[in-house]
Amino acid sequence: MQERTANQVAANATSSFTEHLQRDRPDLLPYNRALPAPAASHPSQPLQVPHATTIVAMSYAGGVLMAGDRRATMGNVIASRHIEKVFPADQYSVLGIAGTAGIAIDITRLFQVELEHYEKIEGTLLSLDGKANRLGAMIRGNLPMALQGLAVIPLFAGFDTAAGVGRLFSYDVTGGRYEEQEHHTVGSGSVFARGALKKLWRPNLPEDDAISVAVESLYDAADDDSATGGPDPVRQLWPVVYTVNRAGARRIPERDLAAVAGNIIESRAAARREA
Amino acid sequence: MTQQFYVSPEQLMKDRADFARKGIARGRSVVVISCEDGIALVAENPSPSLHKIGEIYDKIAFAAVGKYNEFESLRQAGVRYADIRGYSYDREDVTARGLASVYAQSLGAVFTAEQKPFEVELAVAEVGPTQEEDHLYRLTFDGSIADEHGFIVMGGQAEKVSAAVEDGWRQDLAFAAAIRLAVRGLVTDNAASALPARAVEVAVLDRASESGRGTRRAFRRLTDADVVALLAEED
Repeated sequence: MQERTANQVAANATSSFTEHLQRDRPDLLPYNRALPAPAASHPSQPLQVPHATTIVAMSYAGGVLMAGDRRATMGNVIASRHIEKVFPADQYSVLGIAGTAGIAIDITRLFQVELEHYEKIEGTLLSLDGKANRLGAMIRGNLPMALQGLAVIPLFAGFDTAAGVGRLFSYDVTGGRYEEQEHHTVGSGSVFARGALKKLWRPNLPEDDAISVAVESLYDAADDDSATGGPDPVRQLWPVVYTVNRAGARRIPERDLAAVAGNIIESRAAARREA
Repeated sequence: MTQQFYVSPEQLMKDRADFARKGIARGRSVVVISCEDGIALVAENPSPSLHKIGEIYDKIAFAAVGKYNEFESLRQAGVRYADIRGYSYDREDVTARGLASVYAQSLGAVFTAEQKPFEVELAVAEVGPTQEEDHLYRLTFDGSIADEHGFIVMGGQAEKVSAAVEDGWRQDLAFAAAIRLAVRGLVTDNAASALPARAVEVAVLDRASESGRGTRRAFRRLTDADVVALLAEED
């Protein structure tokens, strides 16, 4: 009897917010909903929900950087021009999301609470590998939804305080986690952004140069991918850019991004190239 | 079968209360002080890793005296309650009042229904944008709840410490002065004439965390070095 109680106490002592929800409030998990099977009269018509697109991330001297454009699309319609796809996960990490926007934003929120919850219960931060694995587990949890067309693909970047370096992780839809060395992109415009990064990125870029490389690669993605939004001088909308280094995660202020985007637009206009 | 002795409910509750009080009286004290810069939480605690003070949520902190395993389980339950509430509603919907009443219910249920009451006393503190909007709740082992103003002292020699803190408390104290006052108060609990910095655990709820440190999480634990520096300063 006593042993059973002890085992029960030990089994209930979890530092994971997700595990706690799974046990006590499974209805609150973003991916724990049974979707109805597609009706026979509408054979596998894709669900019309907003999608978030291109995210780029790269290492630079002293840390990692992540940037995302501001457009969400629903089929051929622009669903939002203001959506943000890059979020701080905790003090030393950020994540970007591509795929089904609604679920991705919920998974982000859950991930943020998961990290903070662990920190408060344990009194210490989770290791960067630990954070990356937790995110992988959440994406795996979303696999049934992904198979029905509601996939979420994140990109995760953080500063490894133990090793003293910035690191970058990409994922596949099954939650597989892959560490990237230099730079990586996800989303529908990622192929174009990746091409730009291959030409513009250098090892040990200074932070300012890294920001302008990120904005320029998003510009190239927006140029060729209709689901990616470019810098919008009319509405004064610029990409969301975060840097993470030893001092923690920092959002680059709008004013700096306006200047960087302005430079890129100006130099492209001056070059007068067609494609 | 042996006949059970009859014990009146009054006697039963009194015995339980005495038992819990004795357990708490063995522990060292904790002081929670509301001041100009926010709320300071100071505990006499020689352990660097087994905390008596903890973060619950953005603006809410927890302090306890008594049995470690019992208040630690309450602290973890509080973090779970707050995180679930903030996740399913919104971060601003997590309040010290809600948390304190959940604690009051759990403590009350344990006091009446369980084999033995919890030997703990808790404080739940929430920092507001102004000092008038600070909330300090004191919860005792039987589930009674009190809304305090200014400061809370809990633990073994609470009355002595409380008298010492009351002498020096003013509304416009800064963090440094409030922490020094609390440490001076805790000394009265002791035979020693001063408390070394590593024997106290100090944390603060920063009123200006959003503008000053750029984070909505107001809770900050001070390191031994911070505490040494603070105690060395003059008022």
